[in-house]
Amino acid sequence: MNLSAFIAIAISTIFINNFILSRFLGLCPFIGVSKRTGPAISMGLAVTFVTTTASILTWLIYDLVLIPFHLEYLRTISFILVIAFFVQFAEIVIQKNMPAIYKAFGIYLTLITTNCAVLGVAVLNTDMFFMKGKAVAGSFLLSVFQGFGAGVGFTLAMVLMSGIRERLEFAEIPACLKDAPITFIVASLMSLAFLGFSGFKI
Amino acid sequence: MRGSLSELIKGLWRENPTFRMMLGLCPTLAVSTSVANGLGMGLAATFVLAGSSAMVSTVRGVIPEKVRIPCFIVIIATFVTITELLMKAYTPLLSRALGIYVPLIVVNCIVLGRAEAFASKKGVISSTIDAIGMGLGFTWALCFISAIREILGNGTILGLQISDRFEPPLFMILAPGALLTIGLLIGLINYLASKQKA
Repeated sequence: MNLSAFIAIAISTIFINNFILSRFLGLCPFIGVSKRTGPAISMGLAVTFVTTTASILTWLIYDLVLIPFHLEYLRTISFILVIAFFVQFAEIVIQKNMPAIYKAFGIYLTLITTNCAVLGVAVLNTDMFFMKGKAVAGSFLLSVFQGFGAGVGFTLAMVLMSGIRERLEFAEIPACLKDAPITFIVASLMSLAFLGFSGFKI
Repeated sequence: MRGSLSELIKGLWRENPTFRMMLGLCPTLAVSTSVANGLGMGLAATFVLAGSSAMVSTVRGVIPEKVRIPCFIVIIATFVTITELLMKAYTPLLSRALGIYVPLIVVNCIVLGRAEAFASKKGVISSTIDAIGMGLGFTWALCFISAIREILGNGTILGLQISDRFEPPLFMILAPGALLTIGLLIGLINYLASKQKA
């Protein structure tokens, strides 16, 4: 494990395999909350927070509980429950103790329990950083970093899209393409631009 | 009898989860690179839908109102795990091609949506029929999108080559092609719907 592995993960999760534009994880909030830049940033921050902490929690559960007891097949169930409980718990704690942050996150924290980006990054971590039922060297840090990178990539795509959509408000679009369809078409062009990163090798 | 038939059919077009309600788009876009993948994903989701809806409907009287969503998620996750293991055992190639999108059926909004909106209120038989209809609606939408992308992006349909004079643009099989296809398709459907009304 060295620094280059971390740089590779950062570039891969943010640009090459951007969670929204190339893996299609977290499309619902991407289409739903990208109309204005403010909410888009809040959503991005909330997702980054949850993907990072979910990576920590699911790694611990997988390595300390599921693998020692040979319960790998319970991965999906245990991960979704842990994520759902954690999001609820975090929401209550943040609401009580940090009202300013709670305001910034808004209702988005609740919404991301069933965001596929969160479960997606947890499943990807166990697929990538566990070989033959054992954690590879440095797998904990790599997992957490991948979770964080996924959130950053998500935020980047959200912010870019919200900037474009704020401008699109004033464009003349055929009635049938308004809202969701034009967003998909714009996302397709963005994804095409991100495809340019795929030749990147470290 | 006619009632249950209409419950089956409504998922196919009028309340089609993909085209009309725009639910469960993540797997739709991600696995629609070939018709075989699309069909596999659609049928897997249909199985999960039917199983979890029947189960939710069976236990709907026992679950307290406040914890119903976590209960639904556990039931859905159980059926997803069954599907995952079955696919790994009997269709290993498909299971590898679909990758993380099989466990991600858990967070597919169609499944939880049907459990919450239909199965938690109606009887077992009509819930199952409704879920199968929705699943088949999802399956044909997936097959339709994958057919467009496979023909244009790979020059094949179900793996068979269409013409040797056609040089397919790779773009359609990659991520941008998926987003473009779904954007234009939803636009087309909106257009047709607005014409129907006028």
